[in-house]
Amino acid sequence: MIPSSFDYVKASTVDEAVAALTAAGEDAKVLGGGQSLLPVLRLRLNSPSVLVDVSEVDEMRQVTDEGSALLVGAAVTTYEVMHHDLVTAHVPLLAQTAALVADPAIRHRGTFGGSCTHADPSGDMPTVARVLDAEFVVAGPGGRRTVPAADFFVDFFTTAVGPDEVLVAVRLPKMGGWGSHYEKFHRTAQAWAIVGVAAAVRVEGGTIAEARVALTNMGATPIRAASVEAALTGGPATAEAIAAAAESAADGTSPTSDTHADAEFRRHLARVLTKRAVTKAAGL
Amino acid sequence: MTHIGVTVDGTHRHADVEPRLLLVHWLREDLGLVGTPIGCDTSNCGACTVLVDGRSVKSCSVLAVQVDGKEVTTIQGLTVEDGEWHPVQKAFKECHGLQCGYCTPGMVLASVDLLSENPDPTEEEIRQGLEGNLCRCTGYHNIVKAVATAAAEMRGGTS
Amino acid sequence: MTETVMRTDGAAIGRADRRKEDARLLTGRTNWTDNIQLPGTLHMATLRSSMAHAKILRIDTSAALALEGVLHVYTGRDFPELAGSTCVWPVTDDIRMSHYPAICTDEVKYAGDVVAVVIANDRSVAADALDLIDVDYEHLPAVVDMEEALKPGAPLVHADMGTNECYVARMPCGDYEAVKARADVVVKRRFINQRLIPNPMEPRSVVAAPMGMSDEITLWSATQIPHVLRVLLALLTGIPENNIRVVAPDVGGGFGAKLQIYREEVLALVLAKRLGKPVKWTETRSEHMVATHHGRDQIQDIELAVTKDGTILGMKVDLLADMGAYLQIITPGTPLLGMFMYSGIYKMEALDFTCTGVYTTKTPTDAYRGAGRPEATYAIERIVDEAAAELGMEPMEFRRKNWITHEEFPYTQIAGLTYDTGNYEAATARAIELFGYDELRAEQKARRESGDPVQLGIGISTFTEMCGLAPSRTLGALKYVAGGWEHCTIRALPTGKIELVTGTSPHGQGHETAWSQIASDIIGVPVEDIEVVHGDTGRAPYGMDTYGSRSLAVGGQAIKLAGERLVEKARLIAAHQLEANPDDIEFTAGTYSVKGDPEKSTTIQAVAFEAFTAHNLPDGMEPTLSGESTVDPLDFSYPHGTHLAAMEVDTETGKVTLRKYVAVDDCGVQINPMIVEGQVHGGLAQGIAQAMYEGALYDNDGNLLTGSMGDYLLPSAADLPSFVTDRTVTPSTTHPLGTKGIGEAGAIASTPAIINGVVDALRPLGVTDVFMPASPQNVWRAIQNAQAGGAR
Repeated sequence: MIPSSFDYVKASTVDEAVAALTAAGEDAKVLGGGQSLLPVLRLRLNSPSVLVDVSEVDEMRQVTDEGSALLVGAAVTTYEVMHHDLVTAHVPLLAQTAALVADPAIRHRGTFGGSCTHADPSGDMPTVARVLDAEFVVAGPGGRRTVPAADFFVDFFTTAVGPDEVLVAVRLPKMGGWGSHYEKFHRTAQAWAIVGVAAAVRVEGGTIAEARVALTNMGATPIRAASVEAALTGGPATAEAIAAAAESAADGTSPTSDTHADAEFRRHLARVLTKRAVTKAAGL
Repeated sequence: MTHIGVTVDGTHRHADVEPRLLLVHWLREDLGLVGTPIGCDTSNCGACTVLVDGRSVKSCSVLAVQVDGKEVTTIQGLTVEDGEWHPVQKAFKECHGLQCGYCTPGMVLASVDLLSENPDPTEEEIRQGLEGNLCRCTGYHNIVKAVATAAAEMRGGTS
Repeated sequence: MTETVMRTDGAAIGRADRRKEDARLLTGRTNWTDNIQLPGTLHMATLRSSMAHAKILRIDTSAALALEGVLHVYTGRDFPELAGSTCVWPVTDDIRMSHYPAICTDEVKYAGDVVAVVIANDRSVAADALDLIDVDYEHLPAVVDMEEALKPGAPLVHADMGTNECYVARMPCGDYEAVKARADVVVKRRFINQRLIPNPMEPRSVVAAPMGMSDEITLWSATQIPHVLRVLLALLTGIPENNIRVVAPDVGGGFGAKLQIYREEVLALVLAKRLGKPVKWTETRSEHMVATHHGRDQIQDIELAVTKDGTILGMKVDLLADMGAYLQIITPGTPLLGMFMYSGIYKMEALDFTCTGVYTTKTPTDAYRGAGRPEATYAIERIVDEAAAELGMEPMEFRRKNWITHEEFPYTQIAGLTYDTGNYEAATARAIELFGYDELRAEQKARRESGDPVQLGIGISTFTEMCGLAPSRTLGALKYVAGGWEHCTIRALPTGKIELVTGTSPHGQGHETAWSQIASDIIGVPVEDIEVVHGDTGRAPYGMDTYGSRSLAVGGQAIKLAGERLVEKARLIAAHQLEANPDDIEFTAGTYSVKGDPEKSTTIQAVAFEAFTAHNLPDGMEPTLSGESTVDPLDFSYPHGTHLAAMEVDTETGKVTLRKYVAVDDCGVQINPMIVEGQVHGGLAQGIAQAMYEGALYDNDGNLLTGSMGDYLLPSAADLPSFVTDRTVTPSTTHPLGTKGIGEAGAIASTPAIINGVVDALRPLGVTDVFMPASPQNVWRAIQNAQAGGAR
């Protein structure tokens, strides 16, 4: 219930945050909204010596229009993502998914960047980043680097962000001409996803010109359903074709078994939910 | 120790706090504002919900140092000084939207937040809006009714 | 003279008064135990075993003791004989009773068992100290599965017992084998009534403080049973009962979880006495999951013998009931509270009941809302649906053919209970009307014919229950070591205000409001002038507390009688003052008047003042005005009702959605219909949650897998619909107010209604049962297995 003791540094710039992390060594943690971190600290599953609070770093609180993409600051809250005009206009999938994360009070505090760096395999936001081939802007002592989504999520609760680095923002391509949908399957409204499917398709004249599908909780990290994407691309945007393509949704996945579902059921759900997500994304 | 300055229920408070001190423990144990209870340790139950700058948050999942410079409203600050209840409080009583009352402070504040954003919610929107607040007594039936009743009352009062 | 207040509002009983309790609860002025901050308080924290079963080889507390702010660290060696809980219901002569240590001495028997206790001057420091205690364990095999536990050679929870069998209780009624021989069909099913974790929203909390001028220690606890707790604390600790005052302040829900004596209460009391300072402990939610007793957890092998025309001949019930690692207050008796209820509302010639209690290395089980009766109701309501299906009968028709008709009351059923009143036909007719039964059946047919991936099922539960525990002699015959009476004192104060002192101990039900309504009608004083005093052995010394839907059913009788006694004494004073014969005095709505001369009158408030001054009382009459009563009930009460659930089942994902729920209950006379309805709603949510969401899961090593609210799923508002509720009113004839109980009915009735609905939706696919909770995976697997030709 009560976390172990730690020191607290409130950063006002990204450089300050990086400096504080560098000074603290491996034992420091970045604090955003704290909605993933604080329960972990309270149950004493982790006991960092320093928390570096980035929740009010100006640069990380912005959503910027870069022309063909949006740059969403890592400290923008889930609630702000849901309602931001730029997000709802250009990356509606992100806004739709944000509304499905946890509950209103947690969405008020929790941040987009925090969801991504926490990298819970049952988290919804990482899957959206993955399906959109987002780019992660990471700052460290040596400067800034950009990590593609395919490389960002490394393992359970592990990302490419080093112990002395901060996720500054996430670059998401605008989705004009795309249809999209996130299908979340959970047992109660506030529960984590048992399986989730993010789908984005571009339909031209009854044909699926491009398709992207990513899966939540079907492995250690969000994964793309490459065989589904291949089967859909160039095919007709019909219920039958989508259903057939979705049959391969669980190929190459390695879901866990837990109290909510075992691996076999998760594979089954991946197929059913992929069919539903793609069907909705295609506007059928 | 970290110094913080926070407006709590309209009163400005200064304190030196341990960084690990949770907002709810600061409210309950240091300020004596025990109207905000604690129901879980995984931010599921919402019993400890308060408003920070007008928006609902779970005070067990926020450090006291994180509300430095902000405005916190607890159930004890919702009733104005002359004792006049908030329409949501009145509706909870009228509709029997509480039994043991343990979830009630959080449920009321989550409802206040919900109605500030959506003054005319459907039953479905009320239920979704309260998904982060657990109640074990009422089956939610009368809570939902109370929020709808308060919404109607508040709309009538402002139009 | 006191101001005379005349009642003008008519009868209070039956009125939906808004609750008196709400003002403090809605404004944050509630007095929860954890709110109590006494000067000099020491904080207690408990180190809990991470293993289900192990020998304690060594405990090193030195690092914890070295931490600044830590005053003491206690282990089992410090209290080698002290019990942390006890069982008051040894259900059979040869039951094997366990010793539940306050702190484990040499062995832990479930994950969460206490191995050390820290006392610190700060709550954070106490938590820090737990991390510094080093325990060496020698792993022992966990005992998780009840059937495995009973096999020869199985690892033992209590090695000294030589077995994991706690007891075998039998109750043969009629000759089941004989009626079975006459049956055309014997329907057999195994139902699993899964383990549940009660989760009242307020975690447990206790503060014990040496207070006052004597040796008295006050113990505040979030408990349902301050009076029973006081007795048991005295017995376990040796502290004289008259030196212990137990206070249950505002208590945030209980549902049976706080009907218990817990080791933290024992330890806080003992340590407060030893250290001479207040000692406080508050449970965290994760602690609650392992440290507060669990509920249900039965394997039910059920047989129903029927004729092909649809007549039930008899029933056989063979239960395995998981006790967990130790027996707590009524652990072994909990499954037996259902023993008399397996026949439900149906007539039958035989009921053969056997229950085997089994020790496992898990958290002890005990009462959870309904306690034994939900399990019984689940078994009978599920098996009648299965029997109807096997006979090809409509499930409601099958029920109608077998239930006790309203002309047959009072009816002595097969287990020997006499149901005083009931009208199952009326409740069912009303439920069917509210539900739109025929329309939903038509929709079900259409969905089946079109092969809709979302199928519709209709779940029925026509139930009764026994509540209002209980006639003391009956409890004695069942070997329960306490009475079932209830006490009330109603005191008129000189100013005309009333103190109603009750032995019931509310924790959310609204007794302050409802008891005021009863007393208001009887003594003619406005409800706002009545203060209900409860939950404090210092102010309300006698009581048997609140559980088993007993507060109104038993405590209500005591209120009525105490009120009548007060009114009778006041009548003598009024007659004296009005210079009339007491037989000529009429009492109406708080006013005593002389028959035929209504100008000659006085009020009960005026009489109260006269009784206080005692200037002009009848010769020999003692001053003051009060009425007191301790009532032992004549019988249990038997609420009943018909519940209907419309269930949508997504056959692709297994996801179950409750679309519509109708509950028509009959709890007799309603004191406050608003409160009655609230009780029904809450009970429904808990019963539905058992059917759809909740379940405590353990791995093979005895670790609780559902150890937080993230894993143990409680439904939120977004997971439940609004309910359609109504009542029929068939007053109880054994209760002077005509009331029955209503606290548990919703939880008892709704679980089988939901599962019957899910199975009904899937029956064309060959499904005959779905494991609870009906999670997507359990439903999907039931469909898969049925299609593969399996039973489930």
